[in-house]
Amino acid sequence: MSKIVETAEIARQDPSYYQALRELLFQLADDDFIISFRGSEWLGLAPHIEEDVAYSSITQNTMGHAVMYYNLLEELGEGDANFLAHDRGASDRRNGAYLEKRNGEGKYLEEPYFDWALAVVRNYFYESFKKVKLEAISTSSYKPLANVAKKVLMEHPYHFAHWKLWIKQLQTSSEEAKKRIQNRIEEAWEEFLDVLELGNYGNEMVQHQLIAIDEETIKGNWLEEVKTVLVAMPEGPLGKKYGSGRNGEHTSDLDQALGTLAEVFQSDKTAIW
Amino acid sequence: MYNYVEDGDSKTSAYMEQDQEKYEAFMTRIEAGEKIEADDWMPADYRQALIKLISMHGISEIMGALPEKEWVPKAPTLKRKLGIMAKVQDEMGHGQLLLRVAEDLMKPYGKTREDLMEDLLNGDLKFHNVFHMPTKTWADAGMVGWLVDGAAIISQTNMLDASYGPYQRALQRICQEEVFHAQHGESIIMALAEGNDYQREILQESLNRWWPALLMFFGPSSAETTGSSKQDIMINYKIRKSTNEELRQAFLSKYLPRVFSLGLTVPDETVRYDEKEEKWIYKQPDWEEFKQIIRNKGPRSKERLRVREIAYENNRWVRQALATDPVSV
Repeated sequence: MSKIVETAEIARQDPSYYQALRELLFQLADDDFIISFRGSEWLGLAPHIEEDVAYSSITQNTMGHAVMYYNLLEELGEGDANFLAHDRGASDRRNGAYLEKRNGEGKYLEEPYFDWALAVVRNYFYESFKKVKLEAISTSSYKPLANVAKKVLMEHPYHFAHWKLWIKQLQTSSEEAKKRIQNRIEEAWEEFLDVLELGNYGNEMVQHQLIAIDEETIKGNWLEEVKTVLVAMPEGPLGKKYGSGRNGEHTSDLDQALGTLAEVFQSDKTAIW
Repeated sequence: MYNYVEDGDSKTSAYMEQDQEKYEAFMTRIEAGEKIEADDWMPADYRQALIKLISMHGISEIMGALPEKEWVPKAPTLKRKLGIMAKVQDEMGHGQLLLRVAEDLMKPYGKTREDLMEDLLNGDLKFHNVFHMPTKTWADAGMVGWLVDGAAIISQTNMLDASYGPYQRALQRICQEEVFHAQHGESIIMALAEGNDYQREILQESLNRWWPALLMFFGPSSAETTGSSKQDIMINYKIRKSTNEELRQAFLSKYLPRVFSLGLTVPDETVRYDEKEEKWIYKQPDWEEFKQIIRNKGPRSKERLRVREIAYENNRWVRQALATDPVSV
C-alpha cells in the first residue's frame, strides 16, 4: 500500500491516520522545542565566545524546526501554534523525558553551574537520533511533513557535525574531560530510551507510512551511529528512568521549563505580544 | 552594540617618544582618509585608545547579551522567541568579531583574550553603563532593542569611516545588523503600545527606568563632568567624528518624536526643543551615579559579572581539554 496525503483536510478524514499523525507531530515539535529551550538557557555561558555564537545559532535553528511542526499541527486544526507551544500542560507533552533535564545546577539567571559535558552528550545523542528520525519521515505519506523533514535535513548536518566534533574531542582529551563525558554517557544510557520510541501510536505511524521505520529500527540505527563515536559503550541496556515522555510521562524539570518559557505568555493569554 | 564609555578615572598617557617623521606620515595618511592596518606603524596613544575603545565595545556586546538573555527563554510567542534568539546571537557574534580586532592590537603588549576576560572580572575593563541595569519585564526586551540599540546605531555609524581599517570594516557589518535589531525592538514596542492597559503600563514603566541610562549612553558632554574624556583624541585621530553631546542630540532628535507619537512620555518635564539654539534642552542625568555604575556599582553589575565569572570558571576544564593535542576527526 502506498498512499500520499497531500493536505490537512484529507488527513482529517481518516481518524486513525489523523491520531497517529498528530502524535508524531507533537513528538517532533516538543522534542525540538524543549531542547531549544534548554539551549537558550545556555546563552552567554558557553565555554568560549565562538561556541556561544555557534550554539545559539543551532538553538535558534532548532526552535525554527519546532515552529514548522507546530504550524503543521495548527493546519491540522489542533489550535494556534503559540498556544500549542506555550499552553499545554506537562502530561500533554510528547518530548522524550531526557531532553527536558535541567542543564546542571543552578538557574539560568542565578548561579548557573551548568554542565558542558551534559550539553555535549545530550546534543550529540539527540542530533544523531534526529537524523535517523528525519530520514524516516522524509518519505512520509503526509506530504507536508515530508517537505518539512527535507528542509530540516538541509540544516541538520551542520548541527550534527558540531556536536559530534565536541564529543570526539572531549572523549580524547584531558583525563577530567574523559571522565566527565563518560559519566554523562552512562547517565544518558539509563534515561534516553523513550526518545528513541514512538509511543502508544507507534504501530499506526508505521502502518500509515507516516514514518518509514519502526522504533526498533530507529533504536538500531541510532546505536550504529553512536557506536562509531563512543570510546566506551556502556554495558547495560538502554533505559527510560523517567518513564515515557512519548506517552506524557515527565519530570518536575519539565514543569520548571514550562513555567519559565511560558511566563510572559501566561501573564495575559489574550494579549497580542 | 555599544560605544565607548568615558570612565572618568584615567587620563590618557602622555605621548610616548615618537619618531616624528613616522608620526607625520601617519597623520598625513589618516588626514587623506587612508585606513591604518594592524601591522602598520601607529602612535602609542592611538593604539591604546583603540584597544580601550574596541575591547570595551567587544566586551560590552558580550555583557550586553546577559540582560537580554534573561528574556530569551521567556519570549511570549514563537515569533518573538525566534527573533530575540537571532538578535542576541548576533550580539555575541559582534563581541567575537571585535575581540579579534582587539587581540591584534594587543599583540605588541603580549596580551590575549584571556587577559581581557580577567580584566573584566577584576574590574579593570569596563562594560557599557546600560548593561548594568536590570531588565524587569518583557517591555525591557523591547526597550533594549529599540532605544539602546538605537543609541548604539547613532554612535557607531559615527565611526563607520574610522581611520583604523579592521575596526571600520567590522563596524560596517555590525551597523547593518543593528538596524535589524532596532526593528526587532521597535516591533516589540509597537505591539505593547497598541496592546492592553497592562502592556502599555509596563512599556511606560520601562521607558521611565531606562531614560537616565539612555542619556548617559553617549557619555558626558565634557571632561569637566567626570574628570576626563577621550573624545578629543578620538576625533583628532579620525576614529569618530562627533562629540558626545552631538551624538546625544542626534539621538533625541530621532527618537523623542517617536516616543511622543506612541503616546509615551519621558520622566523629564523640562525636555523641549529650543528653536533658537537648535538643540534639545533636557535635565542632566546624575553623572555621579554614572561614575558609580561603570565602576561596577550599578544595580545589576555584581550579578552580571558573577554570571560571567561562573561561566568562565565553571568551563575551565573545557578550555583546558581543548588546549590538549587535537584529535583527528
